[in-house]
Amino acid sequence: MMRALTFRLNGVERTLEIDDARALLVVLRDDLGLTGAKTGCGVGYCAACTVLLDDAPIRSCITPVGAIDGHAVTTVEGLASGGVLHPLQQAFIDHGAFQCGYCTSGMLLGAVALLRSNPHPSREQTVQALEGHLCRCGAHQRILAAIESVAAQGAAAEEAQ
Amino acid sequence: MNGEQGGGVGFNRRRFLQIAGGGVVVALIGFGARYALKREREFAYPEDLNAYLRIGRDGRVTVFSGKIEMGQGVMTSLAQMLAEELGVGIAMVDMVMGDTQSCPPDAGTFGSLTTRVFGPALREAGAKARSALLGLAAKRLGAPRTALTVQDGVVSVIGAPSRRVTYADLAGGAKILRIVDRRVPLRTPNEFTVIGDPVARLDGPAKVTGAAKYAGDLRLPGMLYARLLRPPMHGAILMRIDTSAAARVPGARIVQHQGMIAALHPDPQAAAVAVQAIRADWSEPAATVDSDSIFAHLVAVGGTPDEIAKHGDVDAARERAPHRIRSVFHKGYVAHAPMEPHTALAEVKDGRATVWASTQTPFPTRDHVAEMLGLRRDAVRVITPFVGGGFGGKIAGQQVLEAARLAQLTGRPVMVEWTREEEFFYDTFDPAAVVEVDSAADPSGRIALWDYAVFGAGPRGAAPIYASANERIVAARNGPDIHPFAVGPWRAPGANMNVWARESQIDLMAAALGQDPLEFRLRNVVEPRLRRTLEAVAKAFGWQSGPAPTRHGQGIACNIDAGTCVATAASVRVDAASGRVIVDRLVCAQDMGVVVNPEGAKMQIDGGLTMGLGYTLAEELHFLGGNILDRNFGTYRIPRFSWVPRIETILLKNDALAPQGGGEPAITTTGAVVANAVFDATGVRFYRLPITQVRVKDALAAAAKA
Repeated sequence: MMRALTFRLNGVERTLEIDDARALLVVLRDDLGLTGAKTGCGVGYCAACTVLLDDAPIRSCITPVGAIDGHAVTTVEGLASGGVLHPLQQAFIDHGAFQCGYCTSGMLLGAVALLRSNPHPSREQTVQALEGHLCRCGAHQRILAAIESVAAQGAAAEEAQ
Repeated sequence: MNGEQGGGVGFNRRRFLQIAGGGVVVALIGFGARYALKREREFAYPEDLNAYLRIGRDGRVTVFSGKIEMGQGVMTSLAQMLAEELGVGIAMVDMVMGDTQSCPPDAGTFGSLTTRVFGPALREAGAKARSALLGLAAKRLGAPRTALTVQDGVVSVIGAPSRRVTYADLAGGAKILRIVDRRVPLRTPNEFTVIGDPVARLDGPAKVTGAAKYAGDLRLPGMLYARLLRPPMHGAILMRIDTSAAARVPGARIVQHQGMIAALHPDPQAAAVAVQAIRADWSEPAATVDSDSIFAHLVAVGGTPDEIAKHGDVDAARERAPHRIRSVFHKGYVAHAPMEPHTALAEVKDGRATVWASTQTPFPTRDHVAEMLGLRRDAVRVITPFVGGGFGGKIAGQQVLEAARLAQLTGRPVMVEWTREEEFFYDTFDPAAVVEVDSAADPSGRIALWDYAVFGAGPRGAAPIYASANERIVAARNGPDIHPFAVGPWRAPGANMNVWARESQIDLMAAALGQDPLEFRLRNVVEPRLRRTLEAVAKAFGWQSGPAPTRHGQGIACNIDAGTCVATAASVRVDAASGRVIVDRLVCAQDMGVVVNPEGAKMQIDGGLTMGLGYTLAEELHFLGGNILDRNFGTYRIPRFSWVPRIETILLKNDALAPQGGGEPAITTTGAVVANAVFDATGVRFYRLPITQVRVKDALAAAAKA
């Protein structure tokens, strides 16, 4: 049903009069112009559509937009601040942790969520956290290396403050 | 100015430089066709080389390439090649790719051809542009060309660096028409400063910030999303249709045209609701083949095969051979499953069509759109944004035709984004295949007989890399009519099957002789580069000599693909209780000639090996006739983080050889090397890919009983 939603989107307060059953992914991409989150499978298997709801990674393709009312949404467009890339974004570049780039937004947000909740994850914990994120190009090893380099710097922990 | 103006014989060797628009256009005439593959003559690279690069007044260099960037990194490596020859820093280069209006025609991005075939054409354009600019600089500076040097787009007099002029200055000068008549050599490996540098990928910042645009990210005013009615299975015939409920979805528009039925709506979810509201009755054909019976079918319809190689007398050798090994290998259909589904946005107005497409083949796609719409080729423009993975699956372009037709019919811009279910249904799958091989070695370990036939996959990877006294290699007729649904090229088409079968058979022979599989290969391999590659990988891996199964779980395999020699070693564990194969480590060595971007090459090796774990361990399309049973990632499992081994890569230095292919070679070894390592770990040989958990568990249980 149509209703007014109030939420923070990448740090900015927003209100939207909208059918609250529509998929968050579609609203982000079509109504709000944020196309960083991608459509990969449509049913929550691939995680290309991952965004953060507060600090939790969610599959925006199967999340009704009504769920964001009163919460904060972070998309890949909101990771850099003041023209400075988030440490994970920089690490993905430095480690060549992407190829086609289509899964990259979801991977980054999955990794941000992981390091916010667990700044120094073991390899197993990182694998576990990202297991549901599909990448067809085979960038996995480099993605793990990128995340571990940031964890080692402790940069993410500072960022999360 | 273009090549046609100067089309007469004798004009071909002239090169022009003139001011045009905002900058210098270097029009270098005199080559092109020789870089095109014979079968791609239609898209031969143009004679008129202003098609390849433009130098702006600000000194920035724009490179135009009909290739596309789908993750393989050629946006960066092509920029490096041009920067090297032109004499500019890579930071000065902007890439325009896959736009049929501004880029030189190109048959498509596949076959590891970008670096090998387009690369030399681009480099020559850069070299000739540098030469022409040096000529201009010589006049401007009043110094002979031989006294000049170029760095970062600045020409200066050697020993007098204050006497300098920039490419930008030259571009901003008076109108120039300059004719040069000299062959310009390409820079050699000892001169390289940009080629060979592990430059960070140019697409990195855009891809990590979400700024990178893919076809589905584009929006046009008035755009409609289209969802098409799809049959439940291939071969189904539409008997009855009722679109009345669909038409009642507010804002929905239903289009029926020559069998195409689509629901369109400004909101993609509403378009989906509308298409689902279409009531359709289908007549479904009975299934004749399925995922298991397909192999007998492929052999039955194989007909008279093509001969790939033959020498000696295989029949006589068969009679003589004391210990022949006869094997039959099977592999199922495999999906491309790029993370970005097929997508196209089309606009048709004023007799012109513009399409933004997720495609590996912008120019052929342009021609198909033109033909379908009844437009001239030059009235159709295909623009290729970033492509979210292709692997051979984005060559066909069905979604582009759908979007273009619907845009024409509705008069509105139309976006077609295939769902994952459509992606699995209309994929041009890697074909199921059968290999039958009969081989024997003499007691000294030399191959005496190699009689090899492949069905379904085609010949790539079947050609001999080992010496055999008597040899026959044949490939059965292969084409869409022998498969129950569409098939097509899949990253190194056919080679994954052929290399797995060949390298498994080689291991079987070595094991039968009680010989070490590495030594057996080194004894029989023909190409010295491949021998060196095998030795390099064995050393880096720490190969433990001995006949398999050593129970260490080590495997080795090698191949020559796209001009590159590749050898991979694997370390695996097999959990007998679950049947799970755990690949702990892969070490891959490649001799790929000059390496343009070592980091990019390593990324392709990592990616190929990782992707290859899918066809090796899990990926196999289930189907019943034309009914595809796997329609999403829930049942069709692709490699995940928990599968990924430690991967180490070695690039062998070989500057004497021009750059060879990099996107495909590594993946051709994954199936073979893992299968061989599984045998080494368990003593059980697998004759069907994928080596699934269930198959491993069953086979180990059977072996334990026996």
